[in-house]
Amino acid sequence: MLAEKYADRIQKIFAKYPDRRSGIMDLLYLAQEEYGWLTEQALEEVAALCDVDPTQAHSIAGFYTMYSEKPKGKYWLQVCTDLPCALRGADDFYAALCEFLGVEDGGTTEDGLFTVEQVMCLAACDKAPMLQCNFHYHENLDMEKMKAQIEQWRAEAAQPEQPEDERP
Amino acid sequence: MAHILLRDLDIPDIWQFDTYVANGGYEGLKQAIGNHTPAEVIQIVLDANLRGRGGAGFPTGRKWSFIPQNEAVKYVVVNADESEPGTFKDRQLLEKNPHQVIEGAMIAAYAIQATAVYIYCRGEFWDLAHALEERIEEARQANLVGENVLGSGWNCPMFVHLGAGAYICGEESALLNSLQGLLGQPRVRPPFPAQKGGGLYYEPTVVNNVETLANVPWILVNGADAFKQIGTSESPGPKIFCMSGHIARPGNYELPLGITFRELIFEHAGGIPNGKQLKGILPSGASGPVLRATDEVLDSPLTYESVAKLGSTLGSASFILMDEDTDMVWAAAKMAHFFKHESCGKCTPCREGTYWLERIYERMMRGEGTEHDLHLLNSVPRQMVGVVLCALGDFAANPVLSTLKNFPDEYERYIRQRPVREQTADTLQDYARKEAGEHPAAVGEGGL
Ligand SMILES: Cc1cc2nc3c(=O)[nH]c(=O)nc-3n(C[C@H](O)[C@H](O)[C@H](O)COP(=O)(O)O)c2cc1C
Ligand code: SF4
Ligand code: FES
Repeated sequence: MLAEKYADRIQKIFAKYPDRRSGIMDLLYLAQEEYGWLTEQALEEVAALCDVDPTQAHSIAGFYTMYSEKPKGKYWLQVCTDLPCALRGADDFYAALCEFLGVEDGGTTEDGLFTVEQVMCLAACDKAPMLQCNFHYHENLDMEKMKAQIEQWRAEAAQPEQPEDERP
Repeated sequence: MAHILLRDLDIPDIWQFDTYVANGGYEGLKQAIGNHTPAEVIQIVLDANLRGRGGAGFPTGRKWSFIPQNEAVKYVVVNADESEPGTFKDRQLLEKNPHQVIEGAMIAAYAIQATAVYIYCRGEFWDLAHALEERIEEARQANLVGENVLGSGWNCPMFVHLGAGAYICGEESALLNSLQGLLGQPRVRPPFPAQKGGGLYYEPTVVNNVETLANVPWILVNGADAFKQIGTSESPGPKIFCMSGHIARPGNYELPLGITFRELIFEHAGGIPNGKQLKGILPSGASGPVLRATDEVLDSPLTYESVAKLGSTLGSASFILMDEDTDMVWAAAKMAHFFKHESCGKCTPCREGTYWLERIYERMMRGEGTEHDLHLLNSVPRQMVGVVLCALGDFAANPVLSTLKNFPDEYERYIRQRPVREQTADTLQDYARKEAGEHPAAVGEGGL
């Protein structure tokens, strides 16, 4: 349960606001961190903590692109293919990335390691092509660099245990 | 000249508290609290004629003056949602010169006697937002934020709130809803944020852009007159121009308002790469009309007024440049996709209009565009403008109508020769829509 395990962090989140409801976004992140994605149980726990109906937690989770109500790969790659990035080759980069990983747009690799998605402008247009992996930016990419990075992620994933704070 | 905003270009470690203070940091806040009443601070910013850098160009001092004085609870909210395609200036400020934004926000808070400040960062600024919390803590320990600020008896804590990926949350009333844990959709106005009933938790609230606030410490230290020495009388001060797309040196440039398009694009940002000609200019990201790069445009000064005269807007000054080889119908398709994806769905004309516009462009990209589609592209946007709750619905019409007007030949080609851009038609499709099993083929040809 989030409430017991993260009592300190939850208390800090609520301390920022005069209204518990404002804590919902931070708590959804916390729940996603704990469970990997926003499971039914996660949403119910968050809703209870914020004193709202679970339906409301659902609708907030569905409104934003950084919450996921489905399992994602261990590395969630969100590639920006918005106009400024596309003018600098982001569409081709994204197509090459999908091909390299053997997935379709929006898909997850069979080993469960990578999910690829297209997203809108991430405020890094001068460093296109770029992507966000588990909320961290990787900029000025090309497929050469990307292949090396993917190798590194694969090696990292093959390690026995990950330190907790490596995840978003 | 030394930078006023992008000071990291002159002093790389200005993000550190000690470095910032050693270079005059927090002098503006000290002078505001030590030498001026809140009303005087508002007057100084009014005199400087600082205009909002978040898009609308509204005079900042006037905005602050709307806040009723006798309310017990008041807020300053810093808009760090920065999601307009082509905009990446607030990110550099918050990452590289964060204390200046914190200082500017505290001066604003002092001017309206706010009881707290919230910085709303887009969720993707995850790393940045966590670093920012550390910077705020440094300021708090130095008694510049928090309880009894600089011994004045005034209390004002500062918090960071993370969004989670939604362009509409940059619209100020949607942002306030999002901060309150409600769905991030715009509110009906009036009441406006500055009024009781319209702001954060329905209390009077000032919402300002990051860059707007970053100007404020300098104004306090150097005075309104010095600020007006920079730029033009209608649009004074420095402005950060974000340069992206087909440009030799993409990035942020801090320059006085009033320089010309030509100076910005060719002298400062290095011109168009690969010896190509410049064709299209989006001066305010995806939300302002696209301009054809004529001599008249290139020789115009970059002020809020003169860009409006050209039929576009300066907005947040996010320049997306497109060279002669760019397919303008494709570019419009990209933007139509953006607005379809980002419409919050609250008003019918925007929700339905952006949906149909995207589908029409998908058809064109598949080489299936018809005369009727051209007609629809002319009529659908006109049914959105002015009848929606927030400016997103108006923005969505801009790329369509302005490309139709300035590049009619390219649309003609799509209808007559029907080129196919398989990959684009495919990648344009909203992946969420695809997942839901929807397919554009299911939409009747030319239907509406
Ligand atoms: C759809 C939409 C998106 C917006 N996005 C932003 C944004 O990301 N950042 C911002 O500062 N203002 C944005 N604005 C403008 C804000 O509503 C508001 O005018 C601004 O934050 C006021 O600050 P300023 O007066 O300092 O410019 C947006 C407006 C609309 C309609
Ligand atoms: S105009 Fe569009 S984005 Fe704005 S409130 Fe209406 S539906 Fe939402
Ligand atoms: S368009 Fe990709 S980061 Fe802005």
